[in-house]
Amino acid sequence: MDWHILGQQIINGLTLGSIYGLIAIGYTMVYGIIGMINFAHGDVYMVSAYLMAITLAVIHFFGIDSVFFALLLTLAVTMALTGLYGWSIERVAYRPLRGSTRLAPLISAIGISLLLQNYVQISQGARVQGIPTLIEGTIRFGSGEDFVQIKYVQVLILVASLACMAGLSWLIGGTNLGRQCRAVQQDRKMAAILGVNTDRIISLVFVIGAVMAAVAGVLVTLNYGSFDFYVGFVTGIKAFTAAVLGGIGSLPGAMLGGLILGLLESLFSGFVNTDYKDVFSFAVLVGVLIFKPSGLLGRPEVEKV
Amino acid sequence: MRAKVHEPIDFGHALRDALVTGVLTLLVLGPVTNLVLDGYAITAELLRGPLIVNGIGLALVVALGRFVVAVGVQTPAGRDLLTRFGQKGAHGVTVETAADNDWHRVLRPLVIGGALSLLLLVLSRFGLMDVQRAAALVLIVLFVVLGQGLGSLRRRGQSSPWRILVPLLFVAGLVLPLLFNAWGLFPKTWIGNLILALIYVLLGLGLNIVVGLAGLLDLGFVAFYAVGAYFLALGAQYFGIGFWTALLCAPILAACCGAVLGFPVLRMHGDYLAIVTLGFGEIIRLILNNWLEVTGGPNGAPAPGPSLFGLEFGRVARGEGNTPFHEFFGLEYSADYKFLFIYLVLFVVVAAMIRFITRLRAMPMGRAWEALREDEIACRSLGINHVVVKLTAFMMGAMTGGIAGVFFATYQGFVNPTSFNFFESVLILAIVVLGGMGSTLGVIIAALVLTLLPEVLRDFADYRVLLFGALMVLMMIWRPRGLIRPKRPAFAPKGA
Repeated sequence: MDWHILGQQIINGLTLGSIYGLIAIGYTMVYGIIGMINFAHGDVYMVSAYLMAITLAVIHFFGIDSVFFALLLTLAVTMALTGLYGWSIERVAYRPLRGSTRLAPLISAIGISLLLQNYVQISQGARVQGIPTLIEGTIRFGSGEDFVQIKYVQVLILVASLACMAGLSWLIGGTNLGRQCRAVQQDRKMAAILGVNTDRIISLVFVIGAVMAAVAGVLVTLNYGSFDFYVGFVTGIKAFTAAVLGGIGSLPGAMLGGLILGLLESLFSGFVNTDYKDVFSFAVLVGVLIFKPSGLLGRPEVEKV
Repeated sequence: MRAKVHEPIDFGHALRDALVTGVLTLLVLGPVTNLVLDGYAITAELLRGPLIVNGIGLALVVALGRFVVAVGVQTPAGRDLLTRFGQKGAHGVTVETAADNDWHRVLRPLVIGGALSLLLLVLSRFGLMDVQRAAALVLIVLFVVLGQGLGSLRRRGQSSPWRILVPLLFVAGLVLPLLFNAWGLFPKTWIGNLILALIYVLLGLGLNIVVGLAGLLDLGFVAFYAVGAYFLALGAQYFGIGFWTALLCAPILAACCGAVLGFPVLRMHGDYLAIVTLGFGEIIRLILNNWLEVTGGPNGAPAPGPSLFGLEFGRVARGEGNTPFHEFFGLEYSADYKFLFIYLVLFVVVAAMIRFITRLRAMPMGRAWEALREDEIACRSLGINHVVVKLTAFMMGAMTGGIAGVFFATYQGFVNPTSFNFFESVLILAIVVLGGMGSTLGVIIAALVLTLLPEVLRDFADYRVLLFGALMVLMMIWRPRGLIRPKRPAFAPKGA
């Protein structure tokens, strides 16, 4: 076994995994609060990549050269606009369906996913888009042929996703708003009786999910530089796998599941086969569903009448 | 009597609403539509056409619409309209009444269908319509009416007009294409279109069992379709099986795949099934694409055509000692024969399938599907094994998909992975959703419309997916049970 390859794959896996974790937050929170799989979430992530590139190009057009400032501005604008996407999708496609049949929100979500994909394809073209490398440089460990390197972008990804996770944990665990979120998650009717504006909290959860997806979109685009209108599909399935692996409904579970899935996938493609890495991730999903449906940190599901 | 109070219309409020909606629309759509990425640069297309990809224009339209609605609902007429359309349709199951099988009721679609066919023929006679298109439409109308007949059950001891009409329509459906073809009204392109339409009817019926009747969302239905198609193609390549063998074996294989996939997942919360099937559909496609040695990868694999008692439809016989169909009957060679034959076999299979599903719905199994869809907990407490019942629905759907796949492969003469992408699954789901989940007739009509309409409206091909997405959302909000409300076959105890 080549230890430097293993080390490299672990670093790549952790970076990939923290991205999955960020997107998985959107799935897990929405599922926790209204018990629905938001199929459009992967495409919200895709839209955020486009919004990021557009914002960056606009900033570039106005001649702002400081990379730090440009990135900060891009991140802020992308988060705001993607959050708006999350809010509008919930408002238009899911809120009218409260109390409808069980399948209705799922099908509506598929519709939104198609809409987003096709709309971006029509308006921005089907070709692969890209941005130039903004952050260069790597840190190297080891010497000669056998080395392990970590790019500065990867460091940024790890730090940023940790920061997001910490911020979100504080928001959910330590603020009044977070307490309302948890109340709605536990019992929506009772929370409403006690004066929580449940509609607003559900909207907020969608916005948080979309904002996290936006952070992921910005970071991934910085790292890989290219994207197209179809990236949301596979990434969405994998992030959902991460959410299930960690225990759907659990916030730390999403991050943990993301990291584990990223590591597994990265090791699989490094040591076994690259063509079938998507097949492998999916096999992980099925395996988890069969042997431990409640995930690593989730609570077993209790069905109430 | 209550006096009607006319409150003054609050224009300011309406204006504010319109402004907020407009600004939000602009913020959401504007960046993506009006700023087009071009490498690291951007081109601002502020006056972009068509309107659908112009965020600024759309924002104006939406704001105006919001304003009109906000003012409209404050007028007495608007309020009336709101109360009338605000009432949601009743949920649950509608049961057929005796009147549904009346001569009067039954004859209505027949008369409408007949009149429509006559109108089409007259129009084409006077050159107002393409003759071939009219002929194809006549066949479609005939099929829809037949579908209605096959989809209705007779009560015990009750006479129903369908008893005479269905065999008549069935024979007409077999004879008319031959006649039309002989008269030159039914060329190869239209046979092909109708074959594809019927394949989608079959797929729609299969998915309708899973989504419409059992209430399980299957997003990878295309996988079973692929299993059927590749079974014929690869089976012919490696084991030398033919069309008929595949037609019998592919459904079994597809059903087994459905069981293997469904069993672990169906035990859990229903929503997991959606994402697992979605993944499964992609996996099947990825394997077909990447396993070059066996499947031929993106280049695909050839599939054999059908045969009639050993007679092949090619210009020259492939197998040793075989005679081509046209030589045996002393006819001149024409590629139409093969497609006509596929069409006729498919017609029989689809008709049988409609009847099969209709009967199934009246059986305990079918009733259990729908009961489980309505209330799982109640069903389980009544002793229904929910896993087994769901599994039967899932396998039955997979089986139908497998049959459709065999027909697709033999019609195309060739299969490759691009025919089985996620969009196909979505198209089939759109058929079921638009047709009314659970309604056989609705699925037939939706399949015919959604597959044949793009042939007619080629200009809108780019916007097809967009339209499907929007329709799915709108249908779920407006009519979650579909356009045609499904009716439950009635059950009358003996002696009642």
